[in-house]
Amino acid sequence: MALKIVKGSIDRIFDKNLQDLVRGIRNHKEDEAKYISTCIDEIKQELKQDNIAVKANAVCKLTYLQMLGYDVSWAAFNIVEVMSSSKFTYKRIGYLAASQCFHESTDVIMLTTNQIRKDLSSPNQYDTGVALTGLSCFVTPDLARDLANDIMTLMSHTKPYIRKKAVLIMYKVFLKYPESLRPAFPRLKEKLEDPDPGVQSAAVNVICELARRNPKNYLSLAPLFFKLMTSSTNNWVLIKIIKLFGALTPLEPRLGKKLIEPLTNLIHSTSAMSLLYECVNTVIAGQYWESVGNLCVQKLRILIEDSDQNLKYLGLLAMSKILKTHPKSVQSHKDLILQCLDDKDESIRLRALDLLYGMVSKKNLMEIVKKLMLHVDKAEGTTYRDELLTKIIDICSQSNYQYITNFEWYISILVELTRLEGTRHGHLIASQMLDVAIRVKAIRAFAVAQMATLLDNAHLLTGNTQRNGICEVLYAAAWICGEFSEHLENPMQTLEAMLRPKVATLPGHIQAVYVQNAAKLFATVLKGEEGNTDGTAAQEASQLMIDRLPLFVQSANLEVQERASCILQLVKYIQKLQQKDVEVAEEVNALFAGELNPVAPKAQKKVPVPEGLDLDAWINEPPSESESEDEQPKAIFAKEEPKHSRPRHTEVDEKELARRREARKQEQANNPFYIKASPSSQKVYQEAPGVEHIPVVQIDLNVVLPFSCLPMSDQYVKMEEERRQKERAEKKKKEKKKRKEKRSGRGKKHDSAPESEEDITPAHMVDIVTEEMPENALPSDDDERDPTDPHKALDIDLDKPLADSEKLPVRSHRAAEAQKSPTDGETENATLQEPKKKSSKEKREKKKDKERDRKVYDIQGNLQDGSQVVVSVIFENKCNSFLKSMEFNVLDSLNSKLQRPEGSGPHDGLVVPFQLPPGVSNEARFVFTVQSIVMPQKLKGTLTFIVKNEDDSTHEKLDFKLHFTCTSYLITTPCYSDAFAKLLESGDLKSSSIRLEGVNMPFHHLLARICFHHHFSVVERIDSCASMYSRSIQGHHVCLLVKTTVSIDAKCDEPTLLGNVLDEIKQTFSQC
Amino acid sequence: MRFMLLFSRQGKLRLQKWYTATAERDKKKMVRELMQTVLARKPKMCSFLEWRDLKIVYKRYASLYFCCAIEEQDNELITLEIIHRFVELLDKYFGSVCELDIIFNFEKAYFILDEFLMGGEIQDTSKKSVLKAIEQADLLQEEDESPRSVLEEMGLA
Repeated sequence: MALKIVKGSIDRIFDKNLQDLVRGIRNHKEDEAKYISTCIDEIKQELKQDNIAVKANAVCKLTYLQMLGYDVSWAAFNIVEVMSSSKFTYKRIGYLAASQCFHESTDVIMLTTNQIRKDLSSPNQYDTGVALTGLSCFVTPDLARDLANDIMTLMSHTKPYIRKKAVLIMYKVFLKYPESLRPAFPRLKEKLEDPDPGVQSAAVNVICELARRNPKNYLSLAPLFFKLMTSSTNNWVLIKIIKLFGALTPLEPRLGKKLIEPLTNLIHSTSAMSLLYECVNTVIAGQYWESVGNLCVQKLRILIEDSDQNLKYLGLLAMSKILKTHPKSVQSHKDLILQCLDDKDESIRLRALDLLYGMVSKKNLMEIVKKLMLHVDKAEGTTYRDELLTKIIDICSQSNYQYITNFEWYISILVELTRLEGTRHGHLIASQMLDVAIRVKAIRAFAVAQMATLLDNAHLLTGNTQRNGICEVLYAAAWICGEFSEHLENPMQTLEAMLRPKVATLPGHIQAVYVQNAAKLFATVLKGEEGNTDGTAAQEASQLMIDRLPLFVQSANLEVQERASCILQLVKYIQKLQQKDVEVAEEVNALFAGELNPVAPKAQKKVPVPEGLDLDAWINEPPSESESEDEQPKAIFAKEEPKHSRPRHTEVDEKELARRREARKQEQANNPFYIKASPSSQKVYQEAPGVEHIPVVQIDLNVVLPFSCLPMSDQYVKMEEERRQKERAEKKKKEKKKRKEKRSGRGKKHDSAPESEEDITPAHMVDIVTEEMPENALPSDDDERDPTDPHKALDIDLDKPLADSEKLPVRSHRAAEAQKSPTDGETENATLQEPKKKSSKEKREKKKDKERDRKVYDIQGNLQDGSQVVVSVIFENKCNSFLKSMEFNVLDSLNSKLQRPEGSGPHDGLVVPFQLPPGVSNEARFVFTVQSIVMPQKLKGTLTFIVKNEDDSTHEKLDFKLHFTCTSYLITTPCYSDAFAKLLESGDLKSSSIRLEGVNMPFHHLLARICFHHHFSVVERIDSCASMYSRSIQGHHVCLLVKTTVSIDAKCDEPTLLGNVLDEIKQTFSQC
Repeated sequence: MRFMLLFSRQGKLRLQKWYTATAERDKKKMVRELMQTVLARKPKMCSFLEWRDLKIVYKRYASLYFCCAIEEQDNELITLEIIHRFVELLDKYFGSVCELDIIFNFEKAYFILDEFLMGGEIQDTSKKSVLKAIEQADLLQEEDESPRSVLEEMGLA
């Protein structure tokens, strides 16, 4: 045996430690993955050894590898083993690994509950600390529920180091297990006044985080925090408190008034930017604006002017918040914000852009957009330019084009934006063009003219690259020209532009719009020519259509093809009619009659479902399986049908056929995979009709292209200014008149100097068509809180007194059972968990529920000594009086005895080493010696104490019973499967089995419950069964085989103990 | 705070601490995305950026980037302060810390971080008390290790 250990230790000398691993990885830069995989193999070997030092080393290395991105979840169980080492060195590594690797779906987490509990109550504060730190990273709802009570106790630990950690971790516990908030809150509140500043700031942290999410429940704490705020000098704490007030003041306006003074002082005096920034944020959120607002804006201006990019950024960020509530205050700093557009830092420029969005008014819109357009030209990098573009559009289109006074200007801005190369936002520009053209009726003529120019110069847009997003604009242009073609000056020219062969290179959906709108244009041309005795123009139009449309009929895009062939046939028919001098214009126009109105995007959603309509119900019963088989041949038949109609379709005419043949040849010539039949295909290609159009459309250089020449929008800016000036002049005249009229009376003088928003009248009466909504649309708020928000569950009223059902679950803690007394009627609202207190009759009438002392206890076995158990009892004083001189006494039985200090008699009580002020709880431990542990037993005991009131003090007594279950003699002991197998084979064990009735919970919950309540550990789990192990303090082995059928086969070397443990397990599950 | 990352200029992760349990796959994805974003930023740019629904606060010390993810209402400047505090703590502990210190003693770096922050909240604002706690814990660890003689180590004593 010793030899084996020596061998293990020598092997260990050759193991790599973490440093070796890191060095190795750095030396194997080329084949890192390979090196690491050999390391992982080594680690796997190391983990198989029994030596905990080797294991810890391996786990430490794994933690490093985990950070490099390697999966180490397979080692979760080993991590738990290292966590449960009694040596701090290893425990620390184990917990670190767990905090890095474990998450909610790690199934071994449920095995850690007891270990963590043990560490939490360890006498060594660093053990406790390490457990708390680890737990804060991987706490699950189950862990939170099971450990909440333990952590709550730690909040009153003697060491501030532990108190601080316990307070902080409570926040995580609340998030996972919201039910714990109410019972734990009073103690948390207490910690706000903890003598240790660390604990205090931890408590402030936690409450602030809680309150931020659900402020209304924390209003009652305001005075306490106010006191802290005026007394604390710690900036970290102050920031949290101020943040908290930021959340509270919107709910309680009176608080705002009170806070103005300290806040102003802080803003004036502090040198810490972080604190200043927090104050400003709170001012923005709260109701202090009137008095402190200007100060804040001033301070923000200083931040923005600072050379530190961080401060500049935050200044702008805060400004954008102010903008939402007090736009006027920000608007006066327009100069500063426009300056920021020139900053080197893109994120600052973007912030400034955000601000501009809110700063525009009717008055300055044109000016701001003009500046932005300059930036668009200068901007390098497409992302920022795209951002600029979207911002310009956002700024202009916001709140239903509220700030646009001149839509001609806006259209020309949009047209200018189309010149941006490589932008992704062609679609956005297009939708704006459509929106404006449709909704602003007065602008249509202008828009149509602009769009016609765009179409005419389409090659400039599509010229460069195929993936050019900007060609989306043509979609809008074509549609606008078609739909509002009555405004076109020269529809024939536009029609020609829309049917150029180059169009066929555009994306399919745009071509489809081209084709469809060409038809609309065609209709307009016919209408225009009607009445002309000489019908040549109309016939020319038909001929143009007939010539060009076949190109689209061959399109690969189905939509284009379908529309083109449809329209082609139509035009051919029209041409025939024209040749017979039949008037057709009216009929053709009837095809496109009626106006398209914009529909609100949410319209469909808002249509209420009519009563009695069930959208989920089948209209026809779904066909059964067999039926569908019968139908299959039918479907095949139906598919064949179109084939019959084909020949009829191809009959069209010779010319068409020939053209198609040519096209096909052309296609084959271009297809590298097609083996060419004739060597002259090249020639054929050149001769193909319509190909002369392929070279780029000739640009008539004499015509100055209005949109490729200069920013037209600038002209509008000028025009607009002139117009406004004129208007102003006129207004003044009018006012003068008025004044003259009023001069006789004592009329108040009108101040006409500054031009206010409302004074600016739009250039032309703009009728912005509102979007249509269904008649019976329901007004609804889409603004719902995210149901998955974990903080939602913490919206809990904290001032309500605790209900009995809310107490934290206390695992093996059992409340002392009080002896019932018939005179105890008044205390009936005490829970079963609470010892009912017998008090003398006259007292009871006065105090009723006031005096109550709660006790819970936990019995833990002591490993070192097989006959000792430790009972820890938590005393909680629930009355308003001071409790002191407590004495704890138990009536010993033959089997179990309370250990008393030497020299005291067998019936003397033990003095509890503390006093209890009202509302405080504390824990005391008592050691018992037990001889036999195979049977559960109950011990009777009494607690005597003195209740001290202001004027008098009385002696009181409380009876209780301690219940020693067999489970409490079991100690969670890990066991390896091979050792477990040996144990079962040995034949020393007696077996027994039970069935658990009516248990339907997931299997792993079931296991977790047994682990947790009865101190077992899972040895192995295979599919539907799991083996579990535990050991009694006197070394009895208890083995369980649990099956998903919820039967338990058990073996133990002590049948009585086994029987009792099984009974207890059964009882645990009968309670749930 | 949601998480803290330390990574080198070359995009190698040196430390990661997640204050909310996150699945491994998501972590990897987020780390990769964030490293790319931060490393792509120019040196003169400010230390804050908005990323997904979080705010990122980062700062570069020598070849290392310290990067924290905070929530919407959190204070950016105090987060910068936290980063700076952490660097100071590392510096005190290792004695003018460099990247190699953190690589080779990464568990120590975690221990320091754990004493300084817990569950994403600052635990102790005093540098002294954090360092004291670490020292004490280290002492405890040495006590654990020192009494073992070579023979004991080999299991012969």
